[in-house]
Amino acid sequence: MEKTWNNKAWFFVLPVLLLVAFSAVIPLMTVVNYSVQDSFGNNQFFWYGADWFREVLTSERFHDALIRNLLFSAIILAIEVPLGILVALAMPKKGIWVPVCLVLMALPLLIPWNVVGTIWQVFARTDIGLLGYSVDALGIDYNYVRNTFDAWVTVVVMDVWHWTSLVVLLCYAGLVSIPDAYYQAAKIDGASRWAVFRYIQLPKMGRVLLIAVLLRFMDSFMIYTEPFVVTGGGPGNSTTFLSIDLVKLAIGQFNIGEAAAMSLIYFLIILALSWIFYTVMTNAGNDKPMTGGGE
Amino acid sequence: MARIRLDHIRHAYSPDLAKANNYALREVDTVFEDGGAYALLGPSGCGKTTLLNIISGLLTPSEGHVRFDDTDVTLLTPEARNIAQVFQFPVIYDTMTVRENLAFPLKNRKVPKAEIGPRVEDMLRRIGLEAKADRKARGLTADEKQKISLGRGLVRSDVNAILFDEPLTVIDPHMKWQLRSELKQLHREFQMTMVYVTHDQTEALTFADKVVVMYAGEVVQIGTPEELFERPQHTFVGYFIGSPGMNVLPCDLDGGDAIVSGERVKLPAGLSARAAKKRIELGIRPEFVSLVARGTGIPVAIEKVEDIGSEKIVRARLGEHRVSAVVAEDHAIPTDADIAFSAERLNLYADSWLVERG
Repeated sequence: MEKTWNNKAWFFVLPVLLLVAFSAVIPLMTVVNYSVQDSFGNNQFFWYGADWFREVLTSERFHDALIRNLLFSAIILAIEVPLGILVALAMPKKGIWVPVCLVLMALPLLIPWNVVGTIWQVFARTDIGLLGYSVDALGIDYNYVRNTFDAWVTVVVMDVWHWTSLVVLLCYAGLVSIPDAYYQAAKIDGASRWAVFRYIQLPKMGRVLLIAVLLRFMDSFMIYTEPFVVTGGGPGNSTTFLSIDLVKLAIGQFNIGEAAAMSLIYFLIILALSWIFYTVMTNAGNDKPMTGGGE
Repeated sequence: MARIRLDHIRHAYSPDLAKANNYALREVDTVFEDGGAYALLGPSGCGKTTLLNIISGLLTPSEGHVRFDDTDVTLLTPEARNIAQVFQFPVIYDTMTVRENLAFPLKNRKVPKAEIGPRVEDMLRRIGLEAKADRKARGLTADEKQKISLGRGLVRSDVNAILFDEPLTVIDPHMKWQLRSELKQLHREFQMTMVYVTHDQTEALTFADKVVVMYAGEVVQIGTPEELFERPQHTFVGYFIGSPGMNVLPCDLDGGDAIVSGERVKLPAGLSARAAKKRIELGIRPEFVSLVARGTGIPVAIEKVEDIGSEKIVRARLGEHRVSAVVAEDHAIPTDADIAFSAERLNLYADSWLVERG
């Protein structure tokens, strides 16, 4: 039988095409366009091939920022995920304190990034900031403007303060969805508190934990505003993460071609790492494919 | 293994509810004999799950005592009571294999490794999951998961009782029969006290040696399926067991007879005198109601006939009351007929409770 073709149907796809074009494809292609050209101002562009990419990938400045970024994300995840789980476990499951705790937890998430930066910039100052002054008064030599280690501690603590709540809320959602029967069965089986966590709570939190890790990884890898406001990337370049470096390159030095190439590499790294996280975490608890087939 | 004694148990879910005399369990005082298979049967909200959780120790009763043999276990934890429970939704440890699931309660109780191995193997064989022993438990079907939770209970060979809380709810209908007969089989092998909560009379009657019928927070009758069918102690039992349920007809007493909607029904000797001055009802199973020719019985108006294949159910009206009768498949149904009750099957109820024959 002849199939009837009705090409009018394509019109229905048009709005989506337009939307995706303007929200993703066109901006991305502009960047791609810049990344293969060089400009000497006056809106004149010259073909530059893959040289920008080669330059970025071999530049020490890029390597350093990348390593700083990876280190930062690793520290953040190592602190925020366990801390988030602990806080979620400690939160009440029912009663009047539930909404109170939830609102308190959500508060840091509601504060704009640059305000968070400003709060900590002031909070950690040794002359007028409560935290900085107290630490200094304890006899610890602390100054995030001069000392690299202090700058890192400040930025990390700020991020933990800002974002642990997100992990807490996600884990809490996972915890309260576990039916009571699981806890009752565990009691009857004589399971210890640790076994309940290890074999019931942790597996049941798996999915939300995956989302929490992904979100926290992506966000921390793209962090810009808070460290920019607090340390401005310093002292020296010690807290200059990829995003801060990128802005310096694109806007400070107006090196659009190299900045575009760096953006694309940056984007691909985040994409690849997120994919690896996702694959590893979703496959973690699964059966190995059976030889001879199961069901 | 133990004999379970429920000594005047009452339970309210909060002190306020108790003050308002709103008890989930009004008063239960029964004994489950060692090695018996019991079913707790009743409609939703009758307190059967509450009672089960009191036996297992997940709930502490507001009043009364639970005894296993001669030990008072009222305040003991589920773990200390050494019971097993299978829940409505299969509870399995997702990340463990089937084998690890079965070994889990033994490991927690510090059973030596050399002993765990053979016992788990034995249990795998009994529940028929040997082939899937090293699969992750989460990938299995609902009935296999339910077998794992049962196996986790049975693997501790010394458990006092195994409690089931509507364990077949999420099982496919064609698997229910199979699982139930496997359960029966396991009960015969292990001779453990089993208490099985359900609202499905078929499940209760096929599983249990003795059925405990509960209604509004009370045990209304404990008996074999046969006793429940033939001598329901309470009109609720008559109505709840059997399909269709027992006919319950309000009546007055006159001498040795009952008057139902102006019709005189002869009662077996010795019944009426004991039942005076109460709300009196006549109970008769539809199976013991027969259709007879007009003029030879009690006149009724037949409203409809349901043919259920093996037999016919006749729905009729006697005055303002409805009466059902079960007749043979090939029985002709006349347009106007009378009904007759088999006299020895008549039960008399005073304030809903059975009047014992003198």
